[in-house]
Amino acid sequence: MKQSMGVRLWRWTIISVVALYLLVPLYAMFDFSTKPFGFADKGRTFRAWKMITEQPDLWPAISRSLITAAIVMALILFLIVPTAIWVHLKLPVLRRPFELLCLLPLAIPAIVIVVGIAPLYRWISINISESPITLAGVYSMLILPYTYRSLSAALDAVDIHTLAEAATTLGATITRVIFGIIMPTIKTGIVNGSFIAIALVLGEYTISNILNFKTFQVVIAQIGRTNGNVAVAVSLASLLFVIFLLLIIPTKKRQGTVLDVDVA
Amino acid sequence: MSSSAYVQLVDLAKHFGKVKALDGLSLDIAEGELVALLGPSGCGKTTALRALAGLQELDRGSMIVDGKDVTFQNANKRGMGMVFQAYSLFPHMTARENVEYGLKLRAHKTTGDKRKARSAELLELVGLSTHANHYPYQLSGGQQQRVALARALAISPKVLLLDEPLSALDAKVRTQLREEIRRIQMELGTTTLFVTHDQEEALSIADRVGVMRNGQLEQIAAPAELYDRPSTAFVAEFVGLTNPIVGKVSGGSIEILGGVVKTLPGSITSGTGIALVRPESIDVVASASGNATVFSASFLGASCRLSITLSDGARVTAQLPSPDAVGLHAGARVNVSLLDLPVFVKAAG
Repeated sequence: MKQSMGVRLWRWTIISVVALYLLVPLYAMFDFSTKPFGFADKGRTFRAWKMITEQPDLWPAISRSLITAAIVMALILFLIVPTAIWVHLKLPVLRRPFELLCLLPLAIPAIVIVVGIAPLYRWISINISESPITLAGVYSMLILPYTYRSLSAALDAVDIHTLAEAATTLGATITRVIFGIIMPTIKTGIVNGSFIAIALVLGEYTISNILNFKTFQVVIAQIGRTNGNVAVAVSLASLLFVIFLLLIIPTKKRQGTVLDVDVA
Repeated sequence: MSSSAYVQLVDLAKHFGKVKALDGLSLDIAEGELVALLGPSGCGKTTALRALAGLQELDRGSMIVDGKDVTFQNANKRGMGMVFQAYSLFPHMTARENVEYGLKLRAHKTTGDKRKARSAELLELVGLSTHANHYPYQLSGGQQQRVALARALAISPKVLLLDEPLSALDAKVRTQLREEIRRIQMELGTTTLFVTHDQEEALSIADRVGVMRNGQLEQIAAPAELYDRPSTAFVAEFVGLTNPIVGKVSGGSIEILGGVVKTLPGSITSGTGIALVRPESIDVVASASGNATVFSASFLGASCRLSITLSDGARVTAQLPSPDAVGLHAGARVNVSLLDLPVFVKAAG
């Protein structure tokens, strides 16, 4: 059916407004990062972008933050997801308390969490490691509200009980049921939850700064204090990187139509 | 209880809170037999099936399959094939991968080639060999249940358990698929327990039908016997339609509709009782001086159902072959009598 001109116009208007809302700040960042900031600069300059590579603290910070994100991701896959599945499958009584527990990091301000967790991290720094990678622990707690919601919604959308029972009668152990049947079934939920988590980890500033860890965001803030143009260039680059990550999420399109014909 | 039974359920009991889902259920199934458990919702039929699958713990009782006590065996070790009421195909696997799943878990016994051959054979058996590479969302409900059946059969199960597998399907597909289930079951000779609340389904494909009520087996018998010779009032009323007609019982017979018919074992033996008469046991003949009037007639194709008002104002339902019902329209005077078939009689009041 052909859509009327009015509907199409309306649709494109909305899309344009949203696109402008999202793209104008990005363009403004690009504009600022290419503005002349030295006496020698004439017109547009990419000096700030070139200077990114010259920041000694930046690359180690990026790799540390990425490693932290990877550890958080692993914790999500091997701890949080199986726990959420277990609670949904075997301990439905605990669903409400578990949900409430997972929402707590959202209700408690980051600064309060830092104050509470600082003595623990002092101990960790002395006894285990001083690496910012240890932040993965507190981050995996911070991301709970987002990851759990996304997982819970995915788990509610499919009849995991029947799937689990079907796999069990076919001979699967509970580990196989969780990792081989239910996790692939709620893949989209896991991927969505993980990306929110990674975006959060890569963007977190308060906790790492107060605990004196040099993570990606902390270093950007430091650079920003000495050279605003470079800081904005780095921020834009990191945003583009995250957008790139989001675009390559392996979401399988459901193609083909339902064959609603029953053959005798 | 015979010791030769392939499956023996002995005195199974299970309660959920105050509700007794199973209350001393005992059931024997012979090898290769298809037994259907029939009953209203909450009668415990699904609990019994799930207990046999190992998905439901019991308070009491034991289960023996092929001479082996499986009561405390884990569900994943029992080797039961199960088809569920809800669609249960693994959504991230194709039809073939679904069928092969159980075989893959027995990887030490099956090679890749054998698995492929087996899944192809089973998809062929359920008529879906052209859909092997389709994902569940590309299949209709009936096709999904066929694949689920193939998946359950792939592991050559000791017992095939069917938990109302057809209830989510529309009427036409349901009839087709139930006949196919029976054909496949007979072809493979798989011992099968089939749970349903649809009596037509149970009566049409089972070797024996067990009627359950409040966690107990009321009667188990071949479909025709269950229908013609119910041993309790509940079975008589639950399976098929009955007309409750009051009459006097004496000496193993009851006097109703101006005639005398034998009573079935289990009926009351004296006094006033209510005979539970099947619509097709009532004979209706057009007669101007008849003792009853046709109130309404519904044409059902091969047969015709008549609602008839008797001289005392009571109303009964009769069912005749359509050719015999020609001219028996609403308002026609008719003579009503009983065929000489035994009826079940319950106590009045």
